[in-house]
Amino acid sequence: MSKFTKKKDGDLPAVSTASLPDIVFMLLFFFMTVTVMKDSSLMVENVLPNASEVKKLEKKDRVLYIYVGRPTRDYQKVFGTEPKIQLNDKFASVTDIGPFILEERAKKPQELQNVLTTALKVDKNANMGLISDIKQQLRKVNALKVNYTTYEGDAFRNIE
Amino acid sequence: MARRGGPPEVNAGSMADIAFLLLIFFLVTTTIETDAGLDRMLPPMEPPDTDVVIKQKNIFTVNINKSGQLLAEEELTNLKDLRRKAMAFLDNGGDGTCNYCKGRKDASSSDNPTKAIISLKNDRETKYGTYITVQNELVGAYNDLRNREAQRLFGRDFTDMEAEFLNPETPSSIRDDLKPKVQQVQELFPQKLSEAETSTSN
Repeated sequence: MSKFTKKKDGDLPAVSTASLPDIVFMLLFFFMTVTVMKDSSLMVENVLPNASEVKKLEKKDRVLYIYVGRPTRDYQKVFGTEPKIQLNDKFASVTDIGPFILEERAKKPQELQNVLTTALKVDKNANMGLISDIKQQLRKVNALKVNYTTYEGDAFRNIE
Repeated sequence: MARRGGPPEVNAGSMADIAFLLLIFFLVTTTIETDAGLDRMLPPMEPPDTDVVIKQKNIFTVNINKSGQLLAEEELTNLKDLRRKAMAFLDNGGDGTCNYCKGRKDASSSDNPTKAIISLKNDRETKYGTYITVQNELVGAYNDLRNREAQRLFGRDFTDMEAEFLNPETPSSIRDDLKPKVQQVQELFPQKLSEAETSTSN
């Protein structure tokens, strides 16, 4: 009889949480390595269009960014609702693009100066007039390699 | 009595909490960057010294108006048909010098893929989204044709080969091997996409 009475009264053994820190650290390191700190905060709406025939933009150090879009709500009182250009941290006019590109190019190491790409991050509701003005400016400073940054997806979603 | 067993163990129970705190911080600040897009070259500012005469039949004109309608070769075209039309134009091979073309060999369309030019013109009020869709379809037309030739010559897709070639993590031995292949396919269907200055609407 004593064989049965010795049995414990149904308590579940505690689950060991000793490996929890390891799991959390694993996740932590994953996010630490994939995180890219933003160098400038967006002041324009920036919903990029979709495209399916995209190429990856490798090597971040050879890319200059130009943002275009309608100012976000905080800035609409001052800057209106027409699409604007954002260079680094401030709004700019079309004529500022040339000097901006030259300045950024001069900051880069010599061997990269000829292989720079200009990434145009343009809101899909912007008008082409502004984009063509930007392209004219880029041609003037001989920054001919451009990349229209897009989301990867079905291109026909843009026209809905 | 002397103490035994070395120093007392540090309680590591709160380690998980600290790690969670950090984890949540990085979770919140992470933005997965969108760094893909359509690569294009702008034309240089100086016009070429010699005036090149291009036959009208070697130019495929695409016009986008301000409400996003499309005029391809003077015909109102649906965006969904643009890729097919552009491919038919590029692949035409009208003068018979192109031995890999599978087009209709229509004498009134392009002579040879190496001579065929796509000219894109848009209005100042065209939406950027529409413009990207058109660009995407035109690049897609080139990619489809290049894929076809790459499949025939090397048994794999051109876009796949190019992506591997451009990837900096690919070992250089494979890159050196891919380079002539990529160039060969590119030369079969060179991307000649000209963009005229935008017109003002009237």
